[in-house]
Amino acid sequence: MSVMDWGIAQARAALAKGKVSAEELTRAHLTAIETLNPRLNAFITVTGEQAIAAARASDTRRGRGEVGALEGIPLAVKDLFCTAGVRTTAGSRILADFIPPYESTVTAQLLRDGAVFLGKVNLDEFAMGSSNLTSAYGGVENPWKRAGSPDVKLVPGGSSGGSAAAVAARLVMGATGTDTGGSIRQPAAFCGITGIKPSYGRCSRFGVVAFASSLDQAGAFARSVEDCAILLGSMSGFDPRDSTSADVAVPDFAAAAERGVKGLRIGVPREYRLGGLSAEIAALWEQGLAWLRDAGAEIVEISLPHTKYALPTYYIVAPAEASSNLARYDGVRFGSREKGDDLRDLYERTRAAGFGDEVKRRIMIGTYVLSAGYYDAYYLRAQKIRALITRDFTDAFGRVDAIVTPTTPSAAFAEGENTDDPVTMYLNDVFTVTANLAGLPGMSVPAGLDKQGLPLGLQVIGRNFDEETVFAVGRAIERAAAFSAKPAVMA
Amino acid sequence: MTYILEGETGPWEIVCGLEVHAQVISQSKLFSGAATTFGASPNSQVSFVDAGFPGMLPVINAECVAQAVRTGLGLNAQVNLWSRFDRKNYFYADLPSGYQISQFAHPIIGTGIIEITLSDGSVKQIGVTRLHLEQDAGKSLHDQHASKSFIDLNRAGVALMEIVSEPDLRSPEEAGAYLTKLRQILRYLGTCDGNMDEGSMRADVNVSVRKHGEEFRTRCEVKNVNSIRFVMLAVEAEARRQIAVWESGEEVRQETRLFDIARQETRSMRSKEDAHDYRYFPDPDLPPLVLDAAWVEQLRLALPELPDARRARYVAMGLTPYDAHVLTLEKETAAFFDVVATGRDAKLAANWVTGDFFAALNKLKRDITDPPVSAEDLGAMLDLMADGTLSGKLAKEVFEAMVESGKGPAAIVEERGMRQVTDTGAIEIVIDGVMAANADKVAEYRGGKDKLFAFFVGQTMKAMQGKGNPAVVNQVLKAKLGG
Repeated sequence: MSVMDWGIAQARAALAKGKVSAEELTRAHLTAIETLNPRLNAFITVTGEQAIAAARASDTRRGRGEVGALEGIPLAVKDLFCTAGVRTTAGSRILADFIPPYESTVTAQLLRDGAVFLGKVNLDEFAMGSSNLTSAYGGVENPWKRAGSPDVKLVPGGSSGGSAAAVAARLVMGATGTDTGGSIRQPAAFCGITGIKPSYGRCSRFGVVAFASSLDQAGAFARSVEDCAILLGSMSGFDPRDSTSADVAVPDFAAAAERGVKGLRIGVPREYRLGGLSAEIAALWEQGLAWLRDAGAEIVEISLPHTKYALPTYYIVAPAEASSNLARYDGVRFGSREKGDDLRDLYERTRAAGFGDEVKRRIMIGTYVLSAGYYDAYYLRAQKIRALITRDFTDAFGRVDAIVTPTTPSAAFAEGENTDDPVTMYLNDVFTVTANLAGLPGMSVPAGLDKQGLPLGLQVIGRNFDEETVFAVGRAIERAAAFSAKPAVMA
Repeated sequence: MTYILEGETGPWEIVCGLEVHAQVISQSKLFSGAATTFGASPNSQVSFVDAGFPGMLPVINAECVAQAVRTGLGLNAQVNLWSRFDRKNYFYADLPSGYQISQFAHPIIGTGIIEITLSDGSVKQIGVTRLHLEQDAGKSLHDQHASKSFIDLNRAGVALMEIVSEPDLRSPEEAGAYLTKLRQILRYLGTCDGNMDEGSMRADVNVSVRKHGEEFRTRCEVKNVNSIRFVMLAVEAEARRQIAVWESGEEVRQETRLFDIARQETRSMRSKEDAHDYRYFPDPDLPPLVLDAAWVEQLRLALPELPDARRARYVAMGLTPYDAHVLTLEKETAAFFDVVATGRDAKLAANWVTGDFFAALNKLKRDITDPPVSAEDLGAMLDLMADGTLSGKLAKEVFEAMVESGKGPAAIVEERGMRQVTDTGAIEIVIDGVMAANADKVAEYRGGKDKLFAFFVGQTMKAMQGKGNPAVVNQVLKAKLGG
């Protein structure tokens, strides 16, 4: 097996035995980035020199016997996490030259544990999108190809498209992501890798550029459930600088993944079957449930009756919060500024030039739903439905230990498909948004290929702060699926 | 006492309510660790949170919450154990995040009462609608450059309490008395320094007028008035303007106005139609603020004595209501008085503090926080009077010397040999001398000219350089002259 195919767990073992140095590992991955990134455009910023310096420092630490949980592991950081001294764009023109003087809590914890960052990866602008096509730094090419169509560029999903593509193409061993409505799970499914969005409050949001504060949650991408568990363990924990961060203990996720599913009750929401689910996706879902049954779990049909309102609810709550969160990008204190005749003109020109269409669309929707006379009909009603959706899950988790669904309604689509109408694009999130609305942990695990040879994922949703069960179920699916297909473009 | 403005169409009544913004006394800002010191160089007290940088998050400062609760308790108001922060969205260069974090729907403090005393001695209760916590904005400086505005974010994020009254005020005097009393309570509590000239307390004045017995008419809000006197003037000016509008057959439009101090009139700032749509919604970065009832109770038990209670205590100690009022206006004065009066004749202490001591403060243009004579020294002087060392007359001299030199009374008495003579024998010798030197007057007195008694007292005191104990002098004189 090539070094580039190693997972984090294997690399840790090899580094520990001295088979490879962190510097060698880093250099090998930087070479891969150099070769493939011009095509994939997964990275917005590659920090090669800093990475080599960091890898050397890691080797030195190892020599002294100081070995963190991620010592010497090459990772990528979604360009939504502020990184001290390294440009952080949020995929937007308005932050094209923004170099934060501070480090996000999540990335600081990864660095504390010895990780080596190779750069900042691409994303939909301000994490708003399901294709990575709204990035001001260009789309990202999905390393997977439809069988027989090597020239059709597929999207990696979004918003964490760069993270997913970089991990799938073996440019890094893992990456951070954020998930507001599916932005980790959907790209993980599209790129044939594993992605976890933990419970809301599990990872600090401090230093993460905000999209929708009540939904945003950091999480991890890797090529195995175990690697995701290792990454999430490092990223998690209470942070007094984030008032919504949860003061709960961080369990050993990797150990929990090996618990097995014997005796677990797995819920299958009947409402997710409705609405023209493709035969392929339905079959994969059935297959997944069969694997779990074989592994000793009990499959239970459940009802999440308010599911059909989840998408409209999400597309009121998220833009409302975004419209307020993005008000600070006004050209006054940081970021790009366009000259104006007066303050208002400066604002209008700066924001008109700095934001892309999708961001503007959501700011307008959000402003509208919060405005006097519409607040009750939209925002307040959406909050009520959000409470009902949460209650659906609470009720369901009284009967089951985890819920399994498809991650997405389809495999990766091509650039140009799904783009004529924003609402079609929004439908990508139909299976994933509910976990965000309810604050629950959700994971996507690659489970098979569609008839065009593209990866499909299954989603595991767990109880609030019960990532352990999510990892156990995800690992059981991973084990049974034995997913070994590889993308067409990889190092 | 009803305050009436006479218009052409007859008498009008003023209806007024105040929204007071009081800056919370705290070491750091409401949601960040940045310092709050007034007068620091521009933008030197700004954290990334205050400047609204990407990824920055607010974290509530517990001390600011405690200060709001103390204030609520001091206003006899309901403390809401569950409250919530909302975002008030609008764009301005000195509002870094594009929204102000405030409490719109669920304030930390509910209804309360402030009792005001008017010049005719009548007492009136003014309702407090609510008190909520919010962030202050930064400061825009438009006069530093020909074409640019400068922004100072030192104030951005500092905690404010917005204290809203019911429309219970009916005259400029009542508005002034309310603001005075509120300021007094805040200063006693130590929750706001009340420095209106530094902007740490400012008022938005809501005014309408009506004919007696009517429902409320349309009100206007006069923004950011920064002294108690200006508030009173603004109420009067705005009420007169509205009367003129109504009497000309027009309607008063709901709008925001500014008070032009020089011209003593209000002028329009923006109308209701131009009002911002603030798009309030719960701040998703902050969970609801939940207070522990036991914690609130601890704060209640630790509250300092408030002005009303202190005034009542002083009256019970024998002070006149007027002296009690004057001595409790400022917390520092009351504290000074307490030191002087403790263990001494309270009435005498009050006379000295409000008399010679206040006169000295005025003359020297000094403040109670920087007194020329310490409360301890003044008290020691009263002790010297009580033990007979000093007569009232000598005490005045000693006090003057204390003011001039800053020395304690004992030192001055010692230095100048001002000790009062109470020894009857010594006084008898002096009186014998005075009587011998004025034998004619002694005869006249004994012949019935009683008024001459004062002459003998004066002569004796003069001979004793004022050091004779007046009571003993009187007593010996009476005996000897009565001969």
